[in-house]
Amino acid sequence: MSTICAVSTPQGAGGISVIRISGENAISVAEKIFQPFGGKKVTEMAGHTCVYGKVVSGGEIIDDALLTVFVAPRSFTGENTAEISCHGGIYVTKRVLRACLENGAQLAAAGEFTKRAFLNGKLSLTQAESVIETIKASGEQTLRSANLTREGRLFAKIKTVCDRLVSLLSQLAAWNDYPDEDIPEVEESAINGTLSDSIAVLDEILQGYDRGRIFRHGIDTAIVGRPNVGKSTLMNMLLGYDRSIVTSVAGTTRDIVEESAVVGDVTLRLSDTAGIHETGDEVEKIGVTLAKEKLENSDLVLCVLDGSQPLNADDKALLATLPPPKTVVVINKSDLGSANIFADLSGFMYTAEISAKNGVGLSEIEQALEKIFRINSFDENSMLFANERQKACTELAKSYLSQASQALAFGETLDAVTIMIDKATEALLELTGEKITEAVVDKVFESFCVGK
Amino acid sequence: MNEFEAFDVVVVGAGHAGCEAALAAARLGMKTALFTISLDCVANMPCNPSIGGTAKGHLVREIDALGGEMGKAADATFLQSRMLNLGRGPAVHSIRVQSDRVKYHTYMKKTVEAQENLYLKQAEVTAILFDGNKVSGVRTKLGTTYSAKTVIISTGTYLNGEIHVGTVSYPGGPDSVSPATEMTASLIEQGISIRRFKTGTPARVHRRSIDFDRLEKQDGDENIVPLSFSTEGGLENKVSCYVAYTNEQTHKVILDNIDKSPIYSGRINAIGPRYCPSIEDKIMRFKDRERHQLFVEPMGLDTDEFYLQGMSSSLPEDVQLSFLRTIKGLENVEIMRNAYAIEYDCCDPTELLPTLEFKKIDGLFGAGQFNGTSGYEEAAAQGLVAGINAALKLMGKEQLVLDRASSYIGTLIDDLTTKGCSDPYRMLTSRSEYRLLLRQDNADIRLTPIGYEIGLVPRGTYEKFLEKQRLVQEEIERVKHVNVPPSRELEEYFGQMGTEKITTGCKLSQLIKRPQLTYDGLAPFDKERKPLPFAVREQVELQIKYEGYIAIQLEQVEAMRKLEKKKLPPDMDYTIIKGLRLEAIEKLSKIMPLSVGQASRISGVNPADVGVLLVWLEQQKRKAGELNAE
Repeated sequence: MSTICAVSTPQGAGGISVIRISGENAISVAEKIFQPFGGKKVTEMAGHTCVYGKVVSGGEIIDDALLTVFVAPRSFTGENTAEISCHGGIYVTKRVLRACLENGAQLAAAGEFTKRAFLNGKLSLTQAESVIETIKASGEQTLRSANLTREGRLFAKIKTVCDRLVSLLSQLAAWNDYPDEDIPEVEESAINGTLSDSIAVLDEILQGYDRGRIFRHGIDTAIVGRPNVGKSTLMNMLLGYDRSIVTSVAGTTRDIVEESAVVGDVTLRLSDTAGIHETGDEVEKIGVTLAKEKLENSDLVLCVLDGSQPLNADDKALLATLPPPKTVVVINKSDLGSANIFADLSGFMYTAEISAKNGVGLSEIEQALEKIFRINSFDENSMLFANERQKACTELAKSYLSQASQALAFGETLDAVTIMIDKATEALLELTGEKITEAVVDKVFESFCVGK
Repeated sequence: MNEFEAFDVVVVGAGHAGCEAALAAARLGMKTALFTISLDCVANMPCNPSIGGTAKGHLVREIDALGGEMGKAADATFLQSRMLNLGRGPAVHSIRVQSDRVKYHTYMKKTVEAQENLYLKQAEVTAILFDGNKVSGVRTKLGTTYSAKTVIISTGTYLNGEIHVGTVSYPGGPDSVSPATEMTASLIEQGISIRRFKTGTPARVHRRSIDFDRLEKQDGDENIVPLSFSTEGGLENKVSCYVAYTNEQTHKVILDNIDKSPIYSGRINAIGPRYCPSIEDKIMRFKDRERHQLFVEPMGLDTDEFYLQGMSSSLPEDVQLSFLRTIKGLENVEIMRNAYAIEYDCCDPTELLPTLEFKKIDGLFGAGQFNGTSGYEEAAAQGLVAGINAALKLMGKEQLVLDRASSYIGTLIDDLTTKGCSDPYRMLTSRSEYRLLLRQDNADIRLTPIGYEIGLVPRGTYEKFLEKQRLVQEEIERVKHVNVPPSRELEEYFGQMGTEKITTGCKLSQLIKRPQLTYDGLAPFDKERKPLPFAVREQVELQIKYEGYIAIQLEQVEAMRKLEKKKLPPDMDYTIIKGLRLEAIEKLSKIMPLSVGQASRISGVNPADVGVLLVWLEQQKRKAGELNAE
């Protein structure tokens, strides 16, 4: 396989950048651009050793840096690997990378190191998928939680459920396969106990996933409010530039506009929606339907009200449809004076007064987010999935267990109940990569672009 | 050296595997010889006098559906039967028949004798003959050679059989017949791996020495379901079986003498079956159990011998007698044949293709205990497949490979040839992931069309099967359209059955789906219903009742068959595929799976390796595509 290189630390973040080179010629590529102080030869370095020196390209010194050498198969990818840790910053990093490219390495495709590690048998399925998420993850907390999965915390939790189910299945099997033996009957209550305990654990894992997801994918946020209260202006304030058409003619935002904005420690995935109000305009009607759907599916609702006027019937109707635990009521136009509408907002826990137009009040929104998502107290020990496939497997397992539970209550025969427990267990085993179906492989390799 | 006759197929060993193999090959037109060390031991039951049981009953029905003999023989020599696991769901219902041991032997011997193209011969085969990597014939103890295009080895426990009782060991086959002591050498010379397995059997005791009043009686079912789909009624229970229990005293006698067991003293190294352990194994491994169950079963109508199922042992004769006499009802028991353990030679089934032919030896097949299994039914199933495939091979036709979703037979053979076995393999319902599809009641639907196409199922049987299928389908269609209105009678009946009443009319099929209701039970509310045979009514009920679950299982089957279709070259060099782990390369090179599906079931091949195989196949495909494009 060819020798590849890439910057393996997040762009621009941190004081140090790491450029990783992997492949048969990785060490000789490193030798061409790295000169250790003290005259040591890079090709003579033992695996897992590190040397201080300078990165040189075209006779010019680019940076002082550390070079770490890993000799195949004892490296992340299982191939010869050289890692140059240089000073952070886009300029230096890019120059070191360019030096690698000019000396025989090719630019790695996304996830290619992981792919090679996987193909060299260095990673299990769960690990490989978790690493992909790590690559995609931005922000410290996400890195930490993705690591946790790789260390096997999720695996361990799933394994306890699996073990219990497998043990139940084996009891049922023994009972069925040896009906004449003195094997104690498997009590329905015991089956029920195992089913409900397992469902509870899976539930806990799934809830952990929802919390983890906001760090990886950002918080799905719907901005709502009746026309012309300043939704698009708020969005622009969060984004820092003009995105949707902002006019004072009601109903000018006709589509859902999606953007990502960083607010404090988290990313909001914003949808600016058509104003929710009764409308005869057909085009706008579609926008309104979309907005209602979006409202149901989002993690966070920013409800924009015009603080300069008392609430009208539309505002009140809208407020009635919003779930207070995930809603921040954003009172806009604080620059135009206050109509004191707080009395009408007693049901809501989170409010923020802003002037979107003047860019004032962003910190109030940040504080509300902090409270809703408990961002700083984010528990790094909570079980997180690396991705949607793992979540889907857990949900599937949970759903089969619920069906088994229902079938049992309904009075179905145990062989049918057992089939559902089999399926649930199979889904969980697939999650830890212990059993394979083509679908799993297809999905994993979608992320790897293999077979070019 | 005298060369006698030439045969298409030679079967070595006339036990349950050998008889099925020879009958199948001969019925498919092959000139077949069946060798046995003693003509008096054809289809002998050296262990329990019964056919069927959990999962084994499924196997017998599948053998029957494909055109095998075992089910018919068991019905013809029927003493008693029970449908096991009633109330636990149709997937695990299994028929177990007590048969008359001597009559079973006589029936099968006569069937073999009467078969055209089939030559039953008494002789010990001392060598399998080869021509390079191709089988060429067999030689007997008297120096006679027979040439053969294919040979099926079904030597059971006879191959280098060694009997152990306490500290006494001697070469011997089951029931005091001579063992086959020379043949193994010719197999080893040909490069076949030979292993030692062990099994055992309990004592046979005299009827007059049993106090039946002190035992629990176990009678057969009132409604007898025959093992064979072709048996039409006429079966009645002729005997009772009895249940007894060991007690603390029994366990003490055994533990006090455990050092005299050839296993616990280390004199047998062979691996015994986990699935039917000796009584000393059960007591050593489950020390907390206060008692173990045993079954007292008659060996036949013309004998006073009784079999003590669950009490197999290799302890000395005097210890056997004293622990049996601690059991309530057996205080004065008189042993006629003592219990013993037997060690024997068998092959490593991962050296076999799923057709049961050796991968490296053209024309040589293995079946039964020789392949590492335990049980008459497992043996017969393999014998049937080996016999069919030897014949299909000689006819130049595609051989029969049953996949895991088709049958327990397919599951058995896939397990053996893919995963191998480290102790004698017994079939269990839990071994099938498609249990709800592979029921004993629908074996004919699954396999009779295949048996007919091969040529083993006679036309008449097949037509009867088609007629049954037609009736089932018509009736299912009908009940889907029959409307049952609410009525006072219905409400009353539903109350009795513990299910909710209906307030508006309901389709009959919807009502059958309720666990509390049955097709037969709803007859009074289904005025148009015509009388139908039990087998038809059973299918109508099960196919409707379990429709949803069956659909789920069918999805699983489809996913499995997709991977099964990704074929791997049979002469693949796995060392050239980058990314496979060493262990996987080793295992794949040993098993040489025919498909990615089979590869994925090999232990030691992990998901990452399967991923690599799929990627590799995809790359080959694309490369081939590029070449074609150029």
